Amino acid sequence: MTQLALVIDLNVCVGCHACVTSCKEWNTSGQAGPMSDFDPYGADPTGTFFNRVQTFEVGEFPNTETVHFPKSCLHCEEPPCVPVCPTGASYKRAEDGIVLVDYDKCIGCKYCSWACPYGAREIDEKQKVMKKCTLCVDRIYDTTLAERDRKPACVLACPTSARLFGDVHDPESEVSVAIRESGGYPLMPEWGTQPANHYLPRRKTKLRIHEDELVRADNPLKVDGKLPKPAKAEPSLDDVTSW
Amino acid sequence: MSVPTPSVQEVKKTTCYMCACRCGIRVHLVDGQVRYIDGNPDHPLNQGVICAKGSSGIMKQYSPARLTRPLLRKQGSERGAGEFEAISWEQAFSILSERLAKIRATDPKKFALFTGRDQMQALTGLFARQFGTPNYAAHGGFCSVNMAAGMIYTIGGSFWEFGGPDLDRAKLFVMIGTAEDHHSNPLKIAISKFKRNGGRFVSINPVRTGYSAIADEWVPIRPGTDGALLLAIIHEIIAQGLYDRDFLVRYTNAGQLVNLDEKSDEFGMFLRTEVPEEEGCFDPQNKLWWDRASNKAVITHTEGCDPFLLGEFTLSDGTPVKPSFQLLADRVKDYTSEWAEGLTGIPAATIKRLAYEMGVTARDQKIELPIAWTDSWGKEHDTVTGNPVAFHAMRGLAAHSNGFHTIRALAILMSLLGTIDRPGGFRHKAPFPRPIPPCAKTPNTPLAVQPNHPLDGMALGWPAEPDDLFVDEDGKPVRIDKAFSWEYPLSVHGLMHNVITNAWRGDPYRIDTLLIFMANMAWNSTMNTAEVRKMLNDKVSDKDEQGEYKIPFIVVCDAFQSEMTAFADLVLPDTTYLERHDVMSMLDRPISEFDGPVDSVRIPVLPPTGECKPFQEVLIELGTRLKLPVFVKKDGTRKYRDYPDFVTNYETEPGSGIGFLAGWRGKGGEKFMRGEPNPRQWEMYAANNCVYHHELPRSYQYMRNWNQGYLEWSQRSRITRYAEPILIHLYSEVLQKFRLAAQGKGITRKPPEHLKQRIETYFDPLPFYFDPLEVQATDTHKYPLAAVTQRPMAMYHSWDSQNAWLRQIHAHNYLFINARTARLAGIADDDWIWVESQWGKVRCMARHSEAVEPGTVWTWNAIGKAAGAWNLTPDANESKLGFLLNHVISEELPEGAGRISNSDPVTGQAAWYDVRVRISKVSPGETAQTSLPQFAPLNPIPGRKSARAFGRT
Amino acid sequence: MHPAFSVIFLTTLIGVGQGLFLALFTVESYAAFDLLPKQDGRFYAFGSALALGFLVAGLIASFFHLGHPERAWRSAAKWRTSWLSREVIVLPAFMGMVFLYGAAHFTGYNPTLATLPSAVPVRLTLLLGVAGTVLAFALFVCTGMIYACLRFLQEWHTPLTVINYTLLGGASGFLLATALAALAAPEVTRFYAGWTMILALLALVGRTASLLRNARLKPKSTLRTAIGVKHPRIVQKAQGAMGGSFNTREFFHGRSAALLRQVKWIFLLLVFPLPVGLLASGVGMDSPIVMLIAFAVQYLGLLAERWFFFAQANHPQNLYYQAVS
Ligand SMILES: Nc1nc2c(c(=O)[nH]1)N[C@H]1C(S)=C(S)[C@@H](COP(=O)(O)OP(=O)(O)OC[C@H]3O[C@@H](n4cnc5c(=O)[nH]c(N)nc54)[C@H](O)[C@@H]3O)O[C@H]1N2
Ligand SMILES: Nc1nc2c(c(=O)[nH]1)N[C@H]1C(S)=C(S)[C@@H](COP(=O)(O)OP(=O)(O)OC[C@H]3O[C@@H](n4cnc5c(=O)[nH]c(N)nc54)[C@H](O)[C@@H]3O)O[C@H]1N2
Ligand code: SF4
Ligand code: SF4
Ligand code: SF4
Ligand code: SF4
Ligand code: SF4
Ligand SMILES: [Mo]
Repeated sequence: MTQLALVIDLNVCVGCHACVTSCKEWNTSGQAGPMSDFDPYGADPTGTFFNRVQTFEVGEFPNTETVHFPKSCLHCEEPPCVPVCPTGASYKRAEDGIVLVDYDKCIGCKYCSWACPYGAREIDEKQKVMKKCTLCVDRIYDTTLAERDRKPACVLACPTSARLFGDVHDPESEVSVAIRESGGYPLMPEWGTQPANHYLPRRKTKLRIHEDELVRADNPLKVDGKLPKPAKAEPSLDDVTSW
Repeated sequence: MSVPTPSVQEVKKTTCYMCACRCGIRVHLVDGQVRYIDGNPDHPLNQGVICAKGSSGIMKQYSPARLTRPLLRKQGSERGAGEFEAISWEQAFSILSERLAKIRATDPKKFALFTGRDQMQALTGLFARQFGTPNYAAHGGFCSVNMAAGMIYTIGGSFWEFGGPDLDRAKLFVMIGTAEDHHSNPLKIAISKFKRNGGRFVSINPVRTGYSAIADEWVPIRPGTDGALLLAIIHEIIAQGLYDRDFLVRYTNAGQLVNLDEKSDEFGMFLRTEVPEEEGCFDPQNKLWWDRASNKAVITHTEGCDPFLLGEFTLSDGTPVKPSFQLLADRVKDYTSEWAEGLTGIPAATIKRLAYEMGVTARDQKIELPIAWTDSWGKEHDTVTGNPVAFHAMRGLAAHSNGFHTIRALAILMSLLGTIDRPGGFRHKAPFPRPIPPCAKTPNTPLAVQPNHPLDGMALGWPAEPDDLFVDEDGKPVRIDKAFSWEYPLSVHGLMHNVITNAWRGDPYRIDTLLIFMANMAWNSTMNTAEVRKMLNDKVSDKDEQGEYKIPFIVVCDAFQSEMTAFADLVLPDTTYLERHDVMSMLDRPISEFDGPVDSVRIPVLPPTGECKPFQEVLIELGTRLKLPVFVKKDGTRKYRDYPDFVTNYETEPGSGIGFLAGWRGKGGEKFMRGEPNPRQWEMYAANNCVYHHELPRSYQYMRNWNQGYLEWSQRSRITRYAEPILIHLYSEVLQKFRLAAQGKGITRKPPEHLKQRIETYFDPLPFYFDPLEVQATDTHKYPLAAVTQRPMAMYHSWDSQNAWLRQIHAHNYLFINARTARLAGIADDDWIWVESQWGKVRCMARHSEAVEPGTVWTWNAIGKAAGAWNLTPDANESKLGFLLNHVISEELPEGAGRISNSDPVTGQAAWYDVRVRISKVSPGETAQTSLPQFAPLNPIPGRKSARAFGRT
Repeated sequence: MHPAFSVIFLTTLIGVGQGLFLALFTVESYAAFDLLPKQDGRFYAFGSALALGFLVAGLIASFFHLGHPERAWRSAAKWRTSWLSREVIVLPAFMGMVFLYGAAHFTGYNPTLATLPSAVPVRLTLLLGVAGTVLAFALFVCTGMIYACLRFLQEWHTPLTVINYTLLGGASGFLLATALAALAAPEVTRFYAGWTMILALLALVGRTASLLRNARLKPKSTLRTAIGVKHPRIVQKAQGAMGGSFNTREFFHGRSAALLRQVKWIFLLLVFPLPVGLLASGVGMDSPIVMLIAFAVQYLGLLAERWFFFAQANHPQNLYYQAVS
């Protein structure tokens, strides 16, 4: 069975928000839209977004890590948001595991959002229905798009390719390999929601320099006759013994 | 009943201009309305990706803050109040052409044209020159001219659009003082690939955000001290013998002998054998080495000779000499890591380790590409070698008054490591490398400015010696911004940040009309903003309410209701990037790749909104009406129908075959770089993703400073005039020439008395460390903290607050303070605080952070706004909670009895990041709810849409 | 959580309705076994009408919670999985039953359908009452479970939630019934008063238990698990939106901790000692007015209790929404 998902690589995410506005742009103009904004030019502008990028500071100066953290619906394999929905508007597709909301059925009771520990759902204050990331279901199967474009808007936008898209149930897929080989992990595993989306942690490259690498035989200082030499006047054994 | 028409879907390609990066985009339209903008996968720059701003282009296009009609300040209304009446374009043109014609016929320099974040200096520069005014510059002077000048005067190329780190092959990447550069998407693409390939990424920055966040190592540094760090690293590299000797010998002036005869007029200059036959704008190959084998002076690059890099020698005529590398070694001798630790706050051990990492990686992880090439001295090489240490640096270095020397130090470090135009190091982008310095020169006399005559020379250029300065007989500046004067001799991009203050003060003279294009000089691109706003509407006589303004006429061409438009007498509504033709030209800043020149265009995907008119069309029209030679035929009639027509048919000189666009030239589009105008050139760009990309043969892609094949190709393509090698200037004779003049030596012009000391100090041929000028003039006990800004990735300067989506991400700003520093000052997270410099103060909110060096505070740049600007409601977060740091930065520093620009003394680069501040919690009685200063809300202007109605749809 | 008034009113109002019905039927069943004096049908009819009134008011309040009330009918669809859906089914069923029960009493149409071995006649109202009782309890369970089933809302995820909804609803209903009895069926006033006090006491125990439990709760989710970075010191700097979002409006009460504490003491006072005291003196003084005041006080307290119930619940999503910059 297929479970489509995003894998987000925190090792390269620079927090640019490209995934945020490209998502908004695609979805507000498309089937999942509009994604309304309120007071867009006034005090406290606010609106519906399916994806947000947050920033966390880890540790204390100078050992600080700044973590940029994009978050959208994780398309949980055991999505707590689905069974609680009284209307069936929230559902998980059997064929690809995408969790969706049927706007025509949704009564806007917000109960599903309470049931999502990740805060991944947002009610659209204008349409009064619950909205969330659709994994761009209206792109990924659209055969009128070029093969290359059949990916979520945020994935195509992301300048650092921090967002991978694929089937986490296919062990050979790019996303599965990334999860397996780069330490991919789910968020809040304690709730057993089994998010399909995974995150890849920071990985550090270090360099070790051996001492002898600093005094090599081909040191150019030899050529220029300037290998560090002690001054002639400095004390030596000649000053203390005659053998 | 009408039959519903099926919606028409179209995809059009053009070039983004939500920022200066210029990515290729696809604009998806439904029934002529933009619905979706994504990256063009076939574009070389962004390869399909797009950023937060680019994806929000729709909201810019449909923003209610757009100007839609030409506006004239209402009779009797105050400048700055923003009271306008809409007028027709015909009225606007006749007002302008009448006024400008008068100025041109009398004193052309009374017209000043300064342009901000535009990318059309090819046209604006041409217009100004044709008009005859020297008072033209783009924004480079307040942006990053130090980066351009420091690098170009050293290696003949620079970061920015002119070159960059080859992260495809680098193993170690050191990024210094960069938050979000012009090369926005490409750099992100490259860094992530680099990291995925296991490269090691070190970021040197007082703040850890953005790119620095994903660095393998963050090296927090105290602002303004990078010079110390880099010099200490150079010290370690030399002390350990980690420099690339072969590279230095052959490709730099390291081995060239410097005259150390203090009595000589040539003191500090390279020794030369004979005067070469051909003089020109290049580095003649007539300097000397001290040959190791024969132990005597020989001409550089003599076959079979190898020079000493270290040592001191005496010529047969008794002249004491040293190789310039020895002088460099002498210079950095005392710049130890321990010394630098005290200034930078970086532990000496870390500095040493960084130096070793650079040196060892460069030496031991060499790349040999099987690419044969021939160097300028005819030597054939079978391979191209790379020392895979790459650097990138930007305004963290540039925006300090000691930035020029810091950047010289960086360029020298890169050269010591042997990384210039080599795989895995720094690589040039066409039209660079260029001779050091590039050939373009300004006139050097006020006589170049004549009524009804084009300027005799360029408004901007690259001085090579004091005689190239644009000053009068007394050494006084000719330009309103005092660029190319003794105050800032190498101000190669002008000093836009001083134009208003100078014009207001009438120093060096008064002007009549100031035309500002695409710059928000009443707000974020000006220092001392509150005072500058007063200067903008200051009258000649205080008593006369109706009297003339000190700057009599201000014209602003903008696309939005910015803070600046409020101060205009005449507002020209520009189109957005989706509504106009544009060129990213080889004559300005193209989008070249490492592998060869690339230029690109914008092709409108939408008709202009309202009465918006592209500024390009305005200039063509004005040029035609003013009968500027280039824009009219011999009989004075119109030569170019419109801007696209101009781009197609304009040649720099009749028959030169060089025009704004390099691609598809020649009658049928069969030529490139040079060729006759091609009437179908636009179509060909349109059919090719709006890009022309010429990939050089592999053997021309590296070592271009000294690559015979490349240099000759570049000469044939008229990118350069000369094909001489461009040796790296570890030691800068250009600087020494100015110093000699200050010392009264030689035959060149001499600086005026009061500037002699300054020139002598700062025109050091080798980099040195000094505290930024403002720091020197500050009681740092009273004002202990450095205050800097950073660009947020999701906002472009001040202009994205009108964007409904982007402003949700950055609605207002905080001052970030190291948590310990804040607690010591009794400041809690979220507290309202005062930030005070010796020049002024702002009130804002504090945010604790562990990701900032304890001696630094910072904020996101240009988020705070004036009330009512950008068609935001007066209670918008930007104006109520947000703040502009510029209020505490001064555009001038005291200098003797007078004042001098707060800029780098070499280049005139605005020293944005030198200011020192203190912070304090607002007093208990103060019930702060808003940031300060506040400004009276701007009036709504004619022709704009209603904000509320728009947003709720 | 953000306490939504629609939900506060819904849960408290139907709680009263359910409790009142249970009170009515308790007396009827006692009376059936001759343990209490028989009451006139009009007492039950009027009581049922009153209960129905509360239920309808609650239902109306609930509509304010919906973005699309016109589609409310759809919400019965997922009764297999959703407690909300179940509530949506049980509530009208219960209302229907209360109506029938009241109607039967009102019309006096109350045939004996069978007789128990002990010669107790099983009349129609008794059957309706049993059904109503089952539905009333089912409704308590559904309502409680709507909250209790949300695992990560740890403050809610306990049987105490259902128990307290039941006890508080019961207490408030019985209190109202006491006042009603004082007006229309004085013989059972003390019976009701007694049960009210017992229920109130039990509710106090239950609610205190949940307060104690919640005070000791250790959040299972932390920023460490929320973003998957193992470090004791993680601080959010930006949540990605500065003007607020659904996430900041729906899941935060937006009030100070001090106010929260105040509300807690206020409801503890208003729900338990005060009304019980008033009730006692009302009974002592034989004053229906004082009893009505006791009810009003307690209902007010219940509103505070319910506000607190929501406000105290700390949704793990809040971990992601703590700071802007
Ligand atoms: N404190 C502090 N100040 C700084 C800096 C800093 O780092 N710190 N950075 C400095 C630097 S490097 C720079 S480059 C400057 C930038 O400062 P500015 O050049 O002032 O840039 P913007 O604020 O973007 O303003 C440009 C103007 O262009 C207008 N505009 C946008 N699109 C169009 C268009 O299509 N046509 C026309 N005609 N106008 C358009 C906008 O409305 C805006 O009014 O700021 C400088 N100021
Ligand atoms: N999204 C976005 N992109 C932009 C722009 C924008 O407004 N928005 N503006 C464009 C423009 S005009 C320009 S000029 C470029 C500028 O590109 P950058 O130079 O990357 O921009 P800044 O934000 O000035 O970044 C300066 C960095 O230097 C650090 N810094 C400050 N002082 C020092 C110092 O003394 N030493 C060191 N090592 N670091 C220091 C700051 O913390 C900051 O991270 O960006 C361009 N790209
Ligand atoms: S677009 Fe990519 S790099 Fe940018 S914030 Fe989103 S995930 Fe991170
Ligand atoms: S992240 Fe939330 S909304 Fe998405 S599937 Fe999981 S529980 Fe449901
Ligand atoms: S808000 Fe809509 S999707 Fe969510 S639970 Fe209610 S009906 Fe279902
Ligand atoms: S997959 Fe689509 S809907 Fe989901 S966050 Fe990305 S762009 Fe938005
Ligand atoms: S980086 Fe600049 S040019 Fe490229 S998409 Fe973003 S805003 Fe547009
Ligand atoms: Mo800039």
